[in-house]
Formats: sequence, C-alpha cells, structure tokens
Amino acid sequence: MGDILPLVAKRLGFGLLTLLVISVIIFFMVELLPGDIAQAVLGQGATEENLAALRERMGLNDPAIVRYFDWLSGAVVGNFGESIVTGERVSSIITERFVNTLFLAAYAAVIAVPFAILLGIIVALLRNTLFDRVANVLTLTSISSPEFFLGYILILYLAVKTSMFPAIASLSGDLSFGELLHRTFLPALTLVLVVTAHMMRMTRAAIINLLASPYIEMARLKGTPPWKVIVKHALPNAWAPIINVVALNLAYLITGVVLVEVVFVYPGIGQSLVDAVSKRDFPVVQACCLIFAATFILLNLAADVGAILTNPRLRHPK
Amino acid sequence: MGLFVILYFAFLIIASCLAAYFEKRGPFILLFSLTLVSFVLGIVGGAGALRFVAISAAVLAFAAGISYAFKEFLIIIAPKNTAKELKTAPLTAAFGMFVIFTYAIAGIFAPWIAPHGESEVISSAFAPADANMLLGADQLGRDMFSRIIYGARNTVGLALLATIAAFVMGALAGLLAAVKGGWFDQFMGRFADVIMSIPSLIFALLMLSIFGPQIGVIIVAVAIIYAPRVFRLTRAVAGNVVVMDYIEAAKLRGEGDWYLIRKEILPNSTAPLVAEFGLEFCFVFLLVAGLSFLGLGIQPPTADWGSMVRENATLISFGDITPLIPAAAIALLTVAVNFVVDWMLWRSSGLKEM
Repeated sequence: MGDILPLVAKRLGFGLLTLLVISVIIFFMVELLPGDIAQAVLGQGATEENLAALRERMGLNDPAIVRYFDWLSGAVVGNFGESIVTGERVSSIITERFVNTLFLAAYAAVIAVPFAILLGIIVALLRNTLFDRVANVLTLTSISSPEFFLGYILILYLAVKTSMFPAIASLSGDLSFGELLHRTFLPALTLVLVVTAHMMRMTRAAIINLLASPYIEMARLKGTPPWKVIVKHALPNAWAPIINVVALNLAYLITGVVLVEVVFVYPGIGQSLVDAVSKRDFPVVQACCLIFAATFILLNLAADVGAILTNPRLRHPK
Repeated sequence: MGLFVILYFAFLIIASCLAAYFEKRGPFILLFSLTLVSFVLGIVGGAGALRFVAISAAVLAFAAGISYAFKEFLIIIAPKNTAKELKTAPLTAAFGMFVIFTYAIAGIFAPWIAPHGESEVISSAFAPADANMLLGADQLGRDMFSRIIYGARNTVGLALLATIAAFVMGALAGLLAAVKGGWFDQFMGRFADVIMSIPSLIFALLMLSIFGPQIGVIIVAVAIIYAPRVFRLTRAVAGNVVVMDYIEAAKLRGEGDWYLIRKEILPNSTAPLVAEFGLEFCFVFLLVAGLSFLGLGIQPPTADWGSMVRENATLISFGDITPLIPAAAIALLTVAVNFVVDWMLWRSSGLKEM
C-alpha cells in the first residue's frame, strides 16, 4: 500500500494547482471590467468623491497583484471581504446557505446513488430487451429536460394538484428532521431525477463494456449463473468506473443545484449567486464561484483517487 | 362502469388475442401485460388513470406513425446513397429528424406563422385562451402562442450560433494541436483541463456578471466554456489520423499544415465530429435555456423560452400548464437531437454488435 501515497499526493497537488489557476481566472476576470469595479457598481452618474471613497473602502488603489494575494489569503481562511450592495461580510451571507445547499445535494445523493447503480446493473443485465429500450428513452428524456422543467412539473402535480408536498422550500423556524426532509423533498426529487438518469446510463455502459471481456465469457461458458457473473466477476472490476460515475454526477449536482434552488426558492448558495450576479455584487460572485469550483475539483479528485484505489493496474504503473 | 372503460378493455383484449393468433411474441407480451396492469390501475385510479394510459398510447402511436411517414418521405426524396443510410434509422431517430424539421420551419417562418408580433400587447395580463389567442396571454398581455413560435427563432438561433462558435474554436485548436504537436499541443491540453474544471453554469454566470447579459457576451462565454470539450474530442480523433501513412506521404510531398487539415484529416474524422456537434448543441441549448431562465439570457421584450417559463411561473400555482409549454419545447428539441445523435454514434462506431 505504500506506493499509493505518492500517487494520491500527486493528484492532490494537481488539484491544488488547478484551483490556484481558477482563483487567478476568477479574480482577474473582474479586472477586465471596462473602468473598474467602483465605476461598474456606482454607474455612470457617480461623482468623483463617491468613486474615490468606494475605491478607498475596497482597497482598489493597490495594484491588482497585491489585492489578489490579499483576497486569496483571506479566502483560504474563509474571509471573502464585504458585499458591495449590503456591506455585510460575504462569509456571513454564504456560510449558512452553503450548509443548506450541501444538505440538499446530500439528500439527493443518498437517494440517487444506490437507486441509480441498482437500476444501471438491472438494465445492463436486461440489455436489448423492451425494458432496456424504455429505460433508455426515459433516461434520455430526463437528461434532456432542463432542471426547471422537471421542477415545475413536480410542483404542478405533487404540490398544486395533490398538495402532498410544499411548493416552496422555506427553511424558516424550528424544524424537526422529518419536517425538514418533507419540505425539501421536491427540490431533492428534481435533482434525483436528473442525476439518476445520468448515473444509470453511465453505469450501464461501464458494465456492458466489461461484459464483453474474455474472462466474463469464460465464466459464462463454465456455467456460472448470470447474477453470479455480474456480482462476483463483473462488479469487482466495475467499481472503478462506477465510483468515477458517482463522483462525476455529484459534481454535476453542484451545478444543477443553482437552477433547482431558484425554482423552489430554496435558501442556498446558488440562489445567492444568482442574486449577486444580477446585482453585480462582485465579492459575493467571486466567493460563490470559488466555492463551487473548489467543490467541483474536490469531487473530481475523489473520483481519480477512488479509481486508483480500486484498480491495481493504476496502483502499480509500469 | 362507463362505455370508455368497456371499449378500453375490449380493444386491449382483442388486440392481444390477435397478436397471439399471429404469433407475434413481443407485441403480445406488451399488450397483455398492459391489460393486466390496467386492471390494477383501473381499480386504484379509476377511469381517469385508464384515460391517461389511453391518451399516452394514442400520442405514442401518433408520434410513431408520423415518424415512420417522415422517414419514408425522406428516403424517397433523398439521393440514393443517403437513402440507403436512412433506411437503417430507427423510429426514434426519424422522430428526432421530424421534430428538428418542425422547429426549423417554425424558426425560419416565424413572422408568417405567428398571428401576432412577439412584443405586441393585445389583451389584459394572463387573459385566458380564446379563438384569437390559442394559448392565452402572458404576464403583460402578449399572445403566448406567437411568443413560443418566435422563441423557436430566438432561443434556438442563439444556441446554434453559440454552438457553432464553440465548435469552430475547439475543432480548429484541436486539429492544429494534432498537426503541430509539441508545446502548442501541451499548452492547449492543460488550458482545456483548467477551463473544464470550472462548472459550466458557474463560469457562465461569472462572465455574465462582469460583462452584462448581452447576446454577444453569451455567445463568447458559451464558446469559451464548450470549446475545450470539442478540442479534446477533435484532438483525440485527429491524433489517430495523424499517425497514418498517407499523412506521412503528404508531409513528404511538402504539403502545409492547412492542406493536411483540410484535405487529409477532416474528411477522415467527420462522422464523430458531426455527432459531437449534436451533443454539444444539446449542452449549449440547456445552458442557454438555464441562463435565460435565471433572467440572464436574451433580454425582454424579445421572446425567449427560458425567460417565458420564469415570467409566467405564477400560473403554475393555479394548476395551469401553459408556462410549461416553452420548457417542454426545450426538452423536446433536446430529446430529438439526442435521438438523432444516438443513431449517428451507433452507425459510426462498432456498437452494432452489442
């Protein structure tokens, strides 16, 4: 096991490097603004004094490199500066909402992952049957629908017409855990629908890919029952692609969450990102982007590491 | 028990008997299992559930019929070689082509099809449907139907432009990287990695917040986000072609990079690139729809499907499905393109034996 650590460390280093480059992109993109941030925020009609005051408050008089390192060193310890619009600390706006978003994504993942993998294996077993065709069309439809379409359909049928679940996922007041799950069920279900379809298709492809290999043929020829071929022979080798699929889709959840939060007015970080974009509140936008990108990279990293751990051939490169 | 229920079961049972008599195993199992499921459904959900099943089956049959007719039509009008290929197309692909064709007609001839202008206020807000307005009015009293037709032109047009931009950028960079190799290849590869490790929606939001939601900005942003995906595929496909002997021969003849790309590599990598274009269009279309749903796409009063859903979403809480029609239009086009792409991929790869 000793040779795994350097490999994982290398991947980790790559991830960190990518994150650093992304932080540079996120920060210096704002610098591309015609004029500067102060000008963009206050608009054309701003007086010189106002501009100067805002520049002073935001530290815009320092050179960009200095401000970048200030921003980065703050971001590492969770200090993203102050919102331009409300003057609040960005971290105090975001922290609670980030937890809400993570809760929603985790809720969706807990339902979607086992469900999708199981369905994917079943569909792979029944490939080229009617069931497989129907599943193919259904998953394709679900992938092709924009998240807000699925969300509104669920609202229409499960909230408005049958009033089984609340249409708006407000989290105010003291909620028991069961109540919380009930209120956030529709947004979670929307995410589950989108992600399950992706995961199912990818799991199916991974397993079918494996079933074509000679050692599976061998197992079949010596008379192993089909379920045993899948569970004992194919699955151990399929773990690497499946872990990859799961991590990729969890990363996908992170983006899907933005639209779903807006549809259900869920108090998450995606909603605050969209608000900040339309108000041009750059510190909040930067912070949200950095957090989303970091989560995305982290999950991709987890996929890589998972693939290395489950695949001996990657563990002992030639 | 109403007449409808009796007819419903009579039809199913007669059809399954016929299927059994003519020894059609697949249709029989389908029809008979549908009959059995319908018994349970009828008890649980009553005649309403059965009506729903009947309507969905009718819609499916209608779609299948129209796709079949459209496929035959295409086979007749197409030149001989294309017709041969078209004969292998499954019904889903024919359906996809039919939908794309319909959207293209709606988009191109929008001003002649739509009864009213796209930003013309003709009645009160949320007026119900009547003979003049097929789908009622939107939140400002504009005709929903006309706006949906115009949306086909605006939304799909924007997505198409953005896809073409992304595709040209990505494919050119990929081909150049494959031909030149060396540091250029390395640099472009790393650059693509970095761009791809930022979630696409987030990156688009970042750029739109900085440069403002204008059409030019959206196209450039989408092109930057999706070009790396095209780059990777083109690089991989062209990389396999570049090592061939005939490329070597062309190089020895003293042909330039541009000649190699145009005459040798491109003709040998069109199939996967065309399929990739379709897939890319789906991603771009969904991203653009998402952006305009968030109010950051095409700005009002131009009709646009994503923002129409958002603006009329209040109607949904009254149980009205009209706001969902533009969203369904987005989903339908994406599904259609996916169906066609599926067929193309199946045709161009060795997936046939699976």
